[in-house]
Amino acid sequence: MDITILMILMGMMIISAYVLGRGRSISLAKNVGGVANLNSLPFYYGTLTALWAALPALAVLGIWSVFHTSIIEGIVVQQMPEDIRNLSKEELGLILNKVYNVAHQQHIGEVPGFILESANALTRFENYSAWLVSVVVLLLMMVGIAVTWLRINPQLTARIRVENGFRYALLACSCLAILTTLGILFSVLFESIRFFKAVPISEFLFGLEWSPQNALRVDQVTGESSFGAIPLFAGTLLIALIAMLVAVPTGLMSAIYLSEYAPERARSLIKPLLEILAGIPTVVYGFVAALTVAPFVRDVAIALGLNEYITVTSESALAAGLVMGVMIIPFVSSLSDDVINAVPQSLRDGALGLGSTQSEVIKKVVIPAALPGIVGSILLAVSRAIGETMIVVMAAGLAANLTANPLDSVSTVTVQIVTLLVGDQEFDSPKTLAAFALGLMLFLVTLVLNYVSLHVVKKYREQYE
Amino acid sequence: MNNSDSMSVAERVEKNLAKRYRAEKRFRIFGMISVSIGIIALIGLFTQIISNGAGAFFQTYVKLDITFDADELGISDPTDPDQLMIGNYDGIVRDALRERFPSVTKRREKRDLYSLVSIGASYRLQSDLRQNPQLLGTTQTLWVLADDDVDVYFKSREDEPFIGRLNDLQVEWIESLAKSNELKTKFNTIFFTSGDSAEPEQAGILGALLGSLLTLLVTLLLSFPIGVAAAIYLEEYAKSNKFTDFIEVNINNLAAVPSVIFGLLGLAIFLNFFNMPRSIPLVGGFVLTLMTLPTIIISSRAAIKAVPPSIRQAALGMGASKMQMILHHVLPLALPGMLTGAIIGMAQALGETAPLLMIGMVAFIVELPGSVADPATVLPVQIFLWADSPERAFTERTSAAIMVLLAFLITMNTFAIWLRKKLERRW
Repeated sequence: MDITILMILMGMMIISAYVLGRGRSISLAKNVGGVANLNSLPFYYGTLTALWAALPALAVLGIWSVFHTSIIEGIVVQQMPEDIRNLSKEELGLILNKVYNVAHQQHIGEVPGFILESANALTRFENYSAWLVSVVVLLLMMVGIAVTWLRINPQLTARIRVENGFRYALLACSCLAILTTLGILFSVLFESIRFFKAVPISEFLFGLEWSPQNALRVDQVTGESSFGAIPLFAGTLLIALIAMLVAVPTGLMSAIYLSEYAPERARSLIKPLLEILAGIPTVVYGFVAALTVAPFVRDVAIALGLNEYITVTSESALAAGLVMGVMIIPFVSSLSDDVINAVPQSLRDGALGLGSTQSEVIKKVVIPAALPGIVGSILLAVSRAIGETMIVVMAAGLAANLTANPLDSVSTVTVQIVTLLVGDQEFDSPKTLAAFALGLMLFLVTLVLNYVSLHVVKKYREQYE
Repeated sequence: MNNSDSMSVAERVEKNLAKRYRAEKRFRIFGMISVSIGIIALIGLFTQIISNGAGAFFQTYVKLDITFDADELGISDPTDPDQLMIGNYDGIVRDALRERFPSVTKRREKRDLYSLVSIGASYRLQSDLRQNPQLLGTTQTLWVLADDDVDVYFKSREDEPFIGRLNDLQVEWIESLAKSNELKTKFNTIFFTSGDSAEPEQAGILGALLGSLLTLLVTLLLSFPIGVAAAIYLEEYAKSNKFTDFIEVNINNLAAVPSVIFGLLGLAIFLNFFNMPRSIPLVGGFVLTLMTLPTIIISSRAAIKAVPPSIRQAALGMGASKMQMILHHVLPLALPGMLTGAIIGMAQALGETAPLLMIGMVAFIVELPGSVADPATVLPVQIFLWADSPERAFTERTSAAIMVLLAFLITMNTFAIWLRKKLERRW
């Protein structure tokens, strides 16, 4: 049965479950002297019936949708000839793909007989499984409705049950945050462990050369791959440092100027303008960095004659870092604005009363008092700079050079994650798995930075409250 | 005894005052410079994008006298769809070009001449003939789509002509066409009505726009209810204990996790573990849901917190259950704030690129997606793909696509601000 028809049927049954349950409670209420003598409002009896109709059925449907493909594939593979079954996992996958194409009539041309048979079997089993699940789900709903209908009586605490269900549903939704974190951790962790089986962890962490080679087949030799991530870490830090050198002074000074000096009208005009910078997608910054800033930086460097002493490339760390810095300015400024505003006015008034100029108040009183918060927001900005992807993918280049020269091209952790994983690759090569190991490093570093900075900012905010 | 000790305090202050005022002025100027750097960067970015991309909204067409010659086309019956499919439309375009430039005879030169007109012209002639079979055998004066090199040259020839891959002969032909008004620019409808293409003059953003729309739809339908539910739990039900703290720490951390990590999650869980297909908006929506959830939860919590406790107490006092209190009173009052948060979260999701690259939404897809299970790309990824293309015409289209994306983002954010102003209640 088609899945949309099943969904429509289920929806109709849920509605009728509500109507039935509600009607049942109202008709029972007549015997005990009106709806007022029921334990709960009729609405709750209806909802309870609908819940019992929907939840078990949805659970079954969920389990089915996760497992049915792999079970059917298993059966189909079992029926294939012996020599096909003994093929490697990848080759079997290709054959299964072909079977799918034939079964869904997307394949044109001759195919071997066994594929045609498998395709027929696949269609047949897919049909069976869809019918089976539809029947099971609908039956389950009917049973749910019937049982609840029979159990409804004026003493049934429908309201408490429904409200508990509501509460657990809300709890489940908030646990999704935990599940997401666990999902991230496990998905990068498992693949990283597989990677570290192939490449020793010490080589990854301390190796000085990064050049993953593409081995398209298992027996193919394409030169030595080396997975030393130091050049990537260095490149990431170099770009993040340049970005911070731009963003921290400008962001901080903007925040100070806007909160301490600017007249109210200018503030209400300039603040949203700066925030537009934060809302521009990073791919736009990347485009501008690659198209305008990078050639400009190169031309200036060549005009100054720097290319005689050091390497000057068109994909420089400097260009990516400058643009990333501009992107982070509003981030630093709005976070510092918060902490600067949290400094009590009495501290400022005290200092002003002693005859300080306004800049002395800021430099000697406000900033020291706000320092933990400012440091926290800078750490958050650093974590942002390290994790930023599109600007560096588009402007920083792929060559993993170990250099401190900002005019040379460097590569970063995020660039490598993207380039290693974009496109179709086999999933078992160390090259693909390396991306997950890099992802693990990135996740752990940003996690620590975020945790520390959020903790510092929170603690600081409480200090003056 | 030194000099300063003999001075009174007032004198010492007086002496330093000028210096301190100068320092004050300097500090102030630094502040102004910082603010201006931000503003200048913003203005620079917008002028760069607009000046680069404005040209892409117009497209050059060539005027040609095209003869729908039955023999050349190989079509005897213009109502037969099979014959229409395989007709030699390139041939009649070439005939028309040769007729316009009769001096061209060498093979190489001919090939250069033919490349002035886009291959999209043939598709256009085919659809013309299908709609109007009487055209067969007649000669029509038509404006056909020019190649992207011609387009770029023609649009830039007023100030600094961009020659690119064109050779001298081709430039000469274009000049001659331009002088006799046989070239003109029209509003570029192709850009808004077609999917991606390898030929810049035929490439459009509609496919990417639909992909973005479908992805955002999935994201909104999932993240808004789940985010609001989580916020209600944390604000109204959760007791302050270790477990609640753990959830909160998780949410705050997820809000700051780099987006590329969510791509890794999508790749490992949705594609490899659950075996979902690559490149589809459904999976893109799942990944973006997980990414935007923290934003929506945080803003929804703020909105719920802003509802005064007296309203809750009044509802409970009237005998409402906790669920009734939440659904009938707290939620309707907090809804404007939640919606604002949701729109801002959606704007964030609309601009996101990196996680979608990882789940394969980066493929070259010409067809327009019709459902959440069709392969598609999204607007930011389309921008990324075009930005990589070497053709000058694609640079122009990249900037134009960015303008469209920014227009959507600015509209969404303005709407969110307007909504907040309009529905905001002060208690």
